[in-house]
Amino acid sequence: MVNDDPRSSPRPLLQMRGIVKVFPGARALDGVDLDVLPGEVHCLLGQNGAGKSTLIKVLAGAHQPTEGRILVDGEPVTIANPVAALGLGIATMYQELDVVDGLSVAENIYLGHELATAGFSQRREATRRTQEILARLGHPEISPGQEVGRLSAAGKQIVSMARALSHDARVIVMDEPSAVLDSEEVANLFRVVHELTAQGVAIVYISHRLEEIRQIGDRITVLKDGRTVATNLQVSETSKDTLIRHMTGRSVDHAFATRPPLAPDAEVLLDVQGLALAGAFEGVDLQVRAGEVVGLAGLVGSGRSEILETIYGARRATAGTVTVGGQKLGRGSVAHAVRAGIGLCPEERKSQGLLLDEPVYRNITLSTFGRFARSAFLDEKAERAAAEEQIRSLDLRPADADRTARTLSGGNQQKALLGRWLVHGCRVLLLDEPTRGVDIGARSEIYALVSSLAASGAAVLVVSSEIEEVLGMSDRVLVISEGRVVHEGPAAEIDEHTVLDLVMEGSAA
Amino acid sequence: MSEQKLTPVVATDETSEVARKEVARSGGRTNPLSGPLGRTVGLVLALLILCVVGYVTAGERFASVNNLMTILQLAAVIGVLSIGMTFVITGGGIDLSVGSVLGLATVWSTTLATQTMAEDTHWIVIVGVALAVGTVCGLINGVLIAYGGVVAFMATLAMLVGARGLAEMIANRRTQVVTVQPFLDTFRADVLGIPVIVWMFALVSVAGWVLLNRTTFGRRTLAVGGNPEAARLAGIKVRRHSMYLYGIAGLTAGIAAVMMLARTTAGSSTNGSLYELEAIAAVVVGGTLLAGGRGTIVGTVLGVLIFTTLTNVFTQNNISSSAQAVVKGVIIVAAVLLQQRFASRSRT
Repeated sequence: MVNDDPRSSPRPLLQMRGIVKVFPGARALDGVDLDVLPGEVHCLLGQNGAGKSTLIKVLAGAHQPTEGRILVDGEPVTIANPVAALGLGIATMYQELDVVDGLSVAENIYLGHELATAGFSQRREATRRTQEILARLGHPEISPGQEVGRLSAAGKQIVSMARALSHDARVIVMDEPSAVLDSEEVANLFRVVHELTAQGVAIVYISHRLEEIRQIGDRITVLKDGRTVATNLQVSETSKDTLIRHMTGRSVDHAFATRPPLAPDAEVLLDVQGLALAGAFEGVDLQVRAGEVVGLAGLVGSGRSEILETIYGARRATAGTVTVGGQKLGRGSVAHAVRAGIGLCPEERKSQGLLLDEPVYRNITLSTFGRFARSAFLDEKAERAAAEEQIRSLDLRPADADRTARTLSGGNQQKALLGRWLVHGCRVLLLDEPTRGVDIGARSEIYALVSSLAASGAAVLVVSSEIEEVLGMSDRVLVISEGRVVHEGPAAEIDEHTVLDLVMEGSAA
Repeated sequence: MSEQKLTPVVATDETSEVARKEVARSGGRTNPLSGPLGRTVGLVLALLILCVVGYVTAGERFASVNNLMTILQLAAVIGVLSIGMTFVITGGGIDLSVGSVLGLATVWSTTLATQTMAEDTHWIVIVGVALAVGTVCGLINGVLIAYGGVVAFMATLAMLVGARGLAEMIANRRTQVVTVQPFLDTFRADVLGIPVIVWMFALVSVAGWVLLNRTTFGRRTLAVGGNPEAARLAGIKVRRHSMYLYGIAGLTAGIAAVMMLARTTAGSSTNGSLYELEAIAAVVVGGTLLAGGRGTIVGTVLGVLIFTTLTNVFTQNNISSSAQAVVKGVIIVAAVLLQQRFASRSRT
């Protein structure tokens, strides 16, 4: 392996030329070109399904390209398997961090290439090198002996990065590294990325968040439908509009629906008084009227999701009451909440929301199939008809009730969850991160959908990590910090910076 | 709250084109032969091949009505246990105790006290005791697992040991012969030339199929096994449902105990030893996912028939039971490997 100063050679560290990957029945990559220079942060953009994940897997040696060439340091290479990729200095940090919770930091970092003499592990050497790498990443406070399961998501990410460095990685692929982090942790991640690039490591950075790319990126490559549609875009010279145009093939102005003014006499559908959950939040009062969208803004860990889950009965409140349409709910009973007409679209669609291997229609009727049954015997025809009605009115694509939920894109999975509560006739909707993992085009659809649901009389309570999104979607915003409501007011009268200020203040107190 | 319907209106835009293409290329439906139908066809083929082998090697001894009835009677007891096991496994659990519970139920329902009472009143007492013992044991498992948070493997392992021990205490390690003649007359009879216990197996299978595929209970079972968290958040009472599933497994152990008494005419603490493993094997070979969320009663019945026919063919050819066990082991591994192949194919 050539190991001279990477800055001295202008030639790309990694080149991909005309990469094609054909799966049975699908052409996932259809001619991708990618050049990565040493010491740069190369952003890879594209909607869901554009081929980013497949491209990463080709780079990581998990998939073999059907056609095309890969060059490292100008030499053609074959990446036959993940070990070969690491051997070439290409490391991948997947979105679902692949650390082993039960092992220590050092054990995780040297997993698969343990330092050993004659089968006996050299723990002291591993500890020493781990300390070195963690120091290089600016995180000397993480102890090599600590159990990884006890670290935060951000800490696990550092371990994942340290593992990449332990392989002398020169190219690190990061797949949506910020998705699990709050803004402080993101800032820290960026600092680490800067330090790595200063040492000549190239980063291939994948994110849906355009703002982040502005902050950290050097150049951008845009994928669409498995092809490179734009490359060598300098971050500093490319407007957001241009990027969105490349990604979608059209230009969009930001797509929050304008909200009609709320009728002053609108019925209060959801009334929460003094709600508390020990160790998470306390003293939460909030009302949502029919036709209103209320947003909860705050950092990850501020208690936002816990508030939704407690209102819904998925967690048992330690104090306070929840009243829905005049009916007081029992604590800790999801079944009661659902019966009263509350629906929750949970944060983790796949693990908390869907039966991934069941057909779409059964996912849509998951909380209502009993209603279509005649004395315990299912009526699948009626069920399917109700589901198909939602598929049509939500414009769920493809409009195929029998397709398994696993094969739907994020946006369409979200629509199926919304459809579940619409079939139920829920008039109070709790949406936790409704656009996580949803591509930009489909996001506007979700926004429009939520807005039209409110317009037809629903009360919506929405949580999102993206402050811009909370402000754009809601009529009224509650800012949560450290488990307390620190601000409440109309969304139109507050901006992103003020919200961040409030959040930070709360944290400092 | 009013009954007003919420009606979203979505403007279709150009992104739909992208999305449509995206899904059109990613597939989504799988080859029908890798689906449930394909698996069933595969199992039927395996059974047919076994029958051909049986006929070729053992001739008339194998291909006779008598032998067919022997196979079915042998399949019946394990078969009924396997139906209950299918529910537990589909719901994401496991029950190691069914064999022991069967043994306990045969002992409890043949004690001197029970039999005296049955003599005095009606043979139905024996049946009632067997079913009650089975169901109560199953519900104890269910409460421990669903509400006590004990891992299913451990809770039912404890029941396996405990029920066997209790059976030994009650029977004092002796075999208790069934003396209630009307009971034996009823359950050892033939109806339309087919033994009653075979009819019972058929009935339990049909009832199980209907329950799993056509009722809300079955749908809840699939949901609880497929993704318990999603089921809970959709308003399904997941704990209560899991408890019921173990109750069903216990109930089938009770039914199987009655059939066992009919076949062997004796209650013994050794009845049903290792049946739990045969039942689990038949369920998994039949195509029910061990991880839960997908279950097939038809597959389970075929799985049971395959194992029983295999045993019969081997016995007809005087092959030792040790060799039979080895072959069964190989079949289980092959079936699980095939299942994983199908599962991973339908996911990419």
